[in-house]
Amino acid sequence: MSSVREYTSSELLAVTSARLLPDRRRVFAGIGLPTLAVALAQATTAPDLELIYESGVCGAHPTRLPETVADASIVTGAESVLSMATLFGYVLQGGHVNIGFLGAAQIDRVGNLNSTVIGPYDTPSVRLPGSGGAAEVIANAGEVFVVLRRHDPATFVDRVDFITSSSRHTANGRSPSHHVRGAGVTTVLTDLGLMRTGDDGELELAAVQHGVTPADVIAATGWTLRARKSIEVIPPPTEAELNLLRTSIDPKRVYLR
Amino acid sequence: MAQAKTTLLRDAIAEHVHDGDTVALEGFTHLIPFAAGHELIRQRRRDLHLVRMTPDILFDQLIAAGVARHVTFSFAGSSVGSLHAFRRALESGAVSYDEYSHYGLLARYQAGAAGLPFFPIKSYAGSDLVDNNPSIRAMRSPFPESMGEDVYVVPPIHPDVAIVHAQRADRHGNIQAWGITGPMQEVTFASKRTIVLVEEIVEDELIRADPNRTVIPSFVVDAVVQVPYGAHPSFVQGRYDRDNGFYRNWPAISKDPARLQAWLDEWILGTTDHTEYLAKLGADYFAPLTPVPALSGAVDYGCVA
Repeated sequence: MSSVREYTSSELLAVTSARLLPDRRRVFAGIGLPTLAVALAQATTAPDLELIYESGVCGAHPTRLPETVADASIVTGAESVLSMATLFGYVLQGGHVNIGFLGAAQIDRVGNLNSTVIGPYDTPSVRLPGSGGAAEVIANAGEVFVVLRRHDPATFVDRVDFITSSSRHTANGRSPSHHVRGAGVTTVLTDLGLMRTGDDGELELAAVQHGVTPADVIAATGWTLRARKSIEVIPPPTEAELNLLRTSIDPKRVYLR
Repeated sequence: MAQAKTTLLRDAIAEHVHDGDTVALEGFTHLIPFAAGHELIRQRRRDLHLVRMTPDILFDQLIAAGVARHVTFSFAGSSVGSLHAFRRALESGAVSYDEYSHYGLLARYQAGAAGLPFFPIKSYAGSDLVDNNPSIRAMRSPFPESMGEDVYVVPPIHPDVAIVHAQRADRHGNIQAWGITGPMQEVTFASKRTIVLVEEIVEDELIRADPNRTVIPSFVVDAVVQVPYGAHPSFVQGRYDRDNGFYRNWPAISKDPARLQAWLDEWILGTTDHTEYLAKLGADYFAPLTPVPALSGAVDYGCVA
């Protein structure tokens, strides 16, 4: 690992996930790191990136940092506020979302996500919040990016305790007669590195964060993580990116904890 | 237009909500009918099957007060962390539950509202939710264009009572809401009885000057109650903002069962109604939560006379 870093783990994740977002795409994102990533991308490399909130708000122009996906500030001055049936039925299931951003408590080898329980479903050791819209995002967004604050063997597990949001690989195997639109998880980012799904659906190490070695990432993963032939090194956050985050996007450090 | 349906919150709950009922309280972060939940606690309703997409602090309070027997939900978190009373009840088995994704539960409301035997959605392929909820079932398309394609379907839900909150209504119960409306229309049409809390009961002419704003027509409303600030600590667009301080402080209260009971004793059981709850918050409490106005431009609904 690197010596002294001049940015926090949250700042690193916000900056490096912002760089993953291509311009002129429609992104479905929750609150927290994705909020920062989208705002930073819009302020830098992807000015025409469109953000869609689960609450039905599209084309939000908030004058403050929203604290929930249904914050009053995203409604004031928004381009549209759609009903929930329109949002989930027509916008998401109808195929208008290119990229979904999801988090999870666990992710496994083929990109299945768990946000439901740790332990058995009927006698959980930890009851998590549940799907929310994640099951819809995984099925219907063109592809899904996952950003996780923790990269350790308890989070990156060989098999998740519960599949809340199924990978394309698992969906095709278990439910072959269901036509799933989305590619599922294609990209996973942590403060150690970037993983992408290979042709057989298994996650592969594609890049490491600055100052991290492939061995560090493999050691922090709960299965034998396959590494691609050439592993890139993600450039560290620049002064300009950090300045935007700290002074204009999240000056009160609501999500930069 | 029907007769006036205006009543008091205490009377609406006493008349329409009975022990053992299935009660849906909706509002997606915005317009959460907290005052009605508090009144359910004061009237010591028991054995309710509570339904709500996002349980939020409201269900933490209701469960801690012993109101619930079963919950149906799709996302049980809050913006600031765990709902501890909710989690304790689910982990210990004290309250039983069934869960969906957001669209899955919305689809149950849609089926209920539209009188359908089921509603299809394209979620759940590969998900363990299917194996743990017998109400999510696969079904094959009967049409040649999609021959052999399966979708998952969910059954209708018909709550005994729907309770929602809105900005305004006329005395007949034509309900106008704006901003994020969540599943309020679907849940109302799906339910046998409906209670609506509003910030303000207004003259008929004001409602009729903007009929597209009416989300719920009077004929599916049984009681309409004026309860200013009745959605606190959630928010009402254009009226008062979300009390994020309350939300941030809640996990520390709810984590400790004794502290949570003391909170309920002081703030809910220790107040006779919502007016007293507001008085306890203090006269200037909402000053920092008062929005900067952002009025809509008026639209023209005119026609040739």
